[in-house]
Amino acid sequence: MAQQGKQQSVMDRISRTQEMVYEMTVGEVMASKMVTVRPDHTMAEFRVLLRDNKISGTPVVQDGRLVGMISIEDLISALTDNALHALVGDRMKKKVECLYTDELLVHCIAKFSKLGYRRYPVLNRDNELVGIVTKSSIVEGLLRKLEIEYERSETKENSAPPRPTMRKFFEDVFADEISFTFKYNVVGQSLKHAGKAASELKNVLKNLGICPPLLRRIGVATYEAEINLASYTQGGEIRAQVEKWGVTVEAVDNGPGIPDVEKALQPGYSTAPDWVRELGFGAGMGLVNIQKCSDEMVLKSTVPDGTHLTMRFYYTT
Amino acid sequence: MGTLDMNVREIVTLLDAEVITGGERMDKIDVQRCFSADLMSDVLARSHNNGILLTGLANIQAVRTADIADIKAVCIVRGKTPDPSAVELARQKSIPLFVTKKTMFEACGILYGKGLQPVGD
Repeated sequence: MAQQGKQQSVMDRISRTQEMVYEMTVGEVMASKMVTVRPDHTMAEFRVLLRDNKISGTPVVQDGRLVGMISIEDLISALTDNALHALVGDRMKKKVECLYTDELLVHCIAKFSKLGYRRYPVLNRDNELVGIVTKSSIVEGLLRKLEIEYERSETKENSAPPRPTMRKFFEDVFADEISFTFKYNVVGQSLKHAGKAASELKNVLKNLGICPPLLRRIGVATYEAEINLASYTQGGEIRAQVEKWGVTVEAVDNGPGIPDVEKALQPGYSTAPDWVRELGFGAGMGLVNIQKCSDEMVLKSTVPDGTHLTMRFYYTT
Repeated sequence: MGTLDMNVREIVTLLDAEVITGGERMDKIDVQRCFSADLMSDVLARSHNNGILLTGLANIQAVRTADIADIKAVCIVRGKTPDPSAVELARQKSIPLFVTKKTMFEACGILYGKGLQPVGD
């Protein structure tokens, strides 16, 4: 399980790296500190520069302007020609492929694989040389960003206190029997306040640490039950009991009761008056929804005494 | 790269909608899904992971339903004015609420075209 989680997070980060290539610009990965040569330097001087800085090529700059690129390959060909005293300006490549600071990294990477050069000078939109990009500066730039994001998400995770779960709570408490009960009165024949009990209950259960999917199921089922109390009865109450194994919610009223329970459970069957339908309910889906959301549902009704609906929800791992 | 995230503010712009409440929050809310219905039981029957609701229902139950079903924002269609109680509840529950003059069909079409996904079962 832990192994799987780890793999998942590695996959997440790989796809995140792919996304970053589309988000980051050349300016974010370029090295702005760089070694340059002038065109009036000799190839011998260039050789010393490469050796001392442990690099394999540099931009050639005159009066702050990029005029060419020169690399170790040009030095080798100068050595072969016995031309170490030639000027850099005469041996450099004058036709230079450049990148701009605001270009997306994805374009930059495409250029690397298409043209095969090992380094590209980076210009700003005023055509001034502001940096250099190599494959290693791309990798470093990506890693840097990934690390920053990773740290940010780590601190976010750490700063939020671990959410207590209901299960954990009951594990830590010792009693022969323990439960929480919450009771809400529901007014009948009016939808004005309907949903308030469900909303409040959901809030309470959230504070008790019940996980969001279960919270939603309990909320929806309770809301539908509450709508039924408000639409069809003279009023009633919603009782919720939170226990070690799960939550029970009951909706109890004092009449008039459901004449045909089996029929009431059919999807789409409804006896709702118009005023209920106008308010967005009464489509004959309430009990169906309750059945779907709860792990267990028992509906008992007698005319004219009333209805007793019991819904059970179990904690899942 | 997975499902598209659409900012709620972007949806407001696309639907040329008037923001009733939650304007300051919506920039931070991204959604992926949308469900449209006037019947709240149909809304409650589904799971709305990172979804918004388009509805012609302008009363408090539209907002209640959104709250209970963990819906991120509510858009009322056909230019209906929401009940004051609905606005008040939306404010209380920090659920962005906005109104578009467009019909349900048109609003859905626009959002579907921009890549919002339907909700699950």
